[in-house]
Amino acid sequence: MRDDQQSCLGASDSPAEIEDRPNIEGAVPITLRINGKDRQLCVDPRTTLLDCIRETVALTGTKKGCDHGHCGACTVHVNGRRVNSCLSLALMHDGEEITTIEGLGTPDAMHPMQAAFVACDGYQCGYCTSGQIMSGVALLREPCGPDDAAVKELMSGNICRCGAYANIVAAIQQVRKNA
Amino acid sequence: MHSFEFIRATDSAAAVATAAQAKTAQQGADVRFVAGGTTLLDLMKLNVETPARLIDINRLPLDKIEATPDGGLKIGATVRNSDLAHHPTVQQDYAVLSQALLAGASAQLRNMATTAGNLLQRTRCMYFRDTMMPCNKREPGTGCPAITGSNRMLAVLGTSEHCIATNPSDMCVAMSALEATIHVQGPKGTRAIPIGDFHLLPGSTPDRETVLEPGDLITHVTLPPHVARSRQVYLKLRDRASYEFALASTAVVITIAGGKVTRARVALGGVGTKPWRSPEAEAALVGQDANEANFRKAGEAAMRDAKPQSENGFKIELATRCIAHALQIATAG
Repeated sequence: MRDDQQSCLGASDSPAEIEDRPNIEGAVPITLRINGKDRQLCVDPRTTLLDCIRETVALTGTKKGCDHGHCGACTVHVNGRRVNSCLSLALMHDGEEITTIEGLGTPDAMHPMQAAFVACDGYQCGYCTSGQIMSGVALLREPCGPDDAAVKELMSGNICRCGAYANIVAAIQQVRKNA
Repeated sequence: MHSFEFIRATDSAAAVATAAQAKTAQQGADVRFVAGGTTLLDLMKLNVETPARLIDINRLPLDKIEATPDGGLKIGATVRNSDLAHHPTVQQDYAVLSQALLAGASAQLRNMATTAGNLLQRTRCMYFRDTMMPCNKREPGTGCPAITGSNRMLAVLGTSEHCIATNPSDMCVAMSALEATIHVQGPKGTRAIPIGDFHLLPGSTPDRETVLEPGDLITHVTLPPHVARSRQVYLKLRDRASYEFALASTAVVITIAGGKVTRARVALGGVGTKPWRSPEAEAALVGQDANEANFRKAGEAAMRDAKPQSENGFKIELATRCIAHALQIATAG
């Protein structure tokens, strides 16, 4: 980083506000608004949005599967749109709004999509589930035909190796029907 | 991933000046622009790309879709694939482009991937992506193990003895049939490049994939005015129904009057080393009756010079049928 951005090392403007200050040369301060809360962070430029969420902010609900955009386990929302957080750098999202599975609901007050996954048995091992639910919630705001085939097409970026696909589609359709 | 300096571009002239310091804009570039990151970060994790500097162009004002004075469309470099696919003008007047975009990748990736990034999408050839293997595209002069190796997914058109890697883009196939123009801002000014001249055949320099030079920043793409009464179809054939690269795909833009083809644009994906416009298929169609036999002949004309490898000979018949079927869909009803 250069010119308009400072290095974390030796930064003296607001050191107390930075939550995690790794002793890494070239680490850069950024602000991410994650699940409604501003987080002042300091990251190595190589840090993906996924690793930043999991390792720097310690929100481990978002999962790392393939780390290459094939599986969708890392799906989060950036400014309300679903993306593969593994194929994006945290630095590219300075000032942006990030929503993870932890920002959707809690065990006591689940998001309707989370409740539908429980009701429809939309998972087995659970590793892909947060990505599936983040995709399902984003899908509600996207152009999508009414039938199962349209849902399957728009969910093809989320792989489930347990094979819970039929129940995942049922869960999403249940939420759409009740919306 | 190798370490790099991250630069957030605030104006395009400064971004161009910084990138102009690179030794090359092709494979091995030491300065890269990044927008969606879906290709570049993937390859950086594999150490196939190792830029020393990364220029983030997401904050540049290149994200608009606008009508042009001549009745065409101007598409900004950082317009996301999903926004382009769902734009009303694209859906109505350039349907083949919308269809191609929606046939590519996944919903998440389409929310990230950009117009300019898709123009520069890299091959999925497994030897290119594996730094343990020789590859003339990644390391010139090391050889092409794909020719004697696993080549089922690779190209049959435009290949050379040095490289048979397939261009994987769907968007570029539709843009070829729509005769798009790519606009570049470089250290010496701006220039406009017809999409047919933008990508290069591998020849003896497969590391050179486009005409871009250091500092060249794609700012936007323009499409000519909608062709009145044209029918447009993108047909993609693949190993699974969604979220998979093409074995063969076709973009057709065809106009028919009195049962005869008066104008045809045909381009192919999944079979060429670059997005493959087929003047041979177009010539075989124009002036002919719009019927199944002639559609088949157009497909055969497109694939006449195809060169099969050990595992991908099936693509020649597949692409022939893909063209014929796309033309049938386009002209039905």
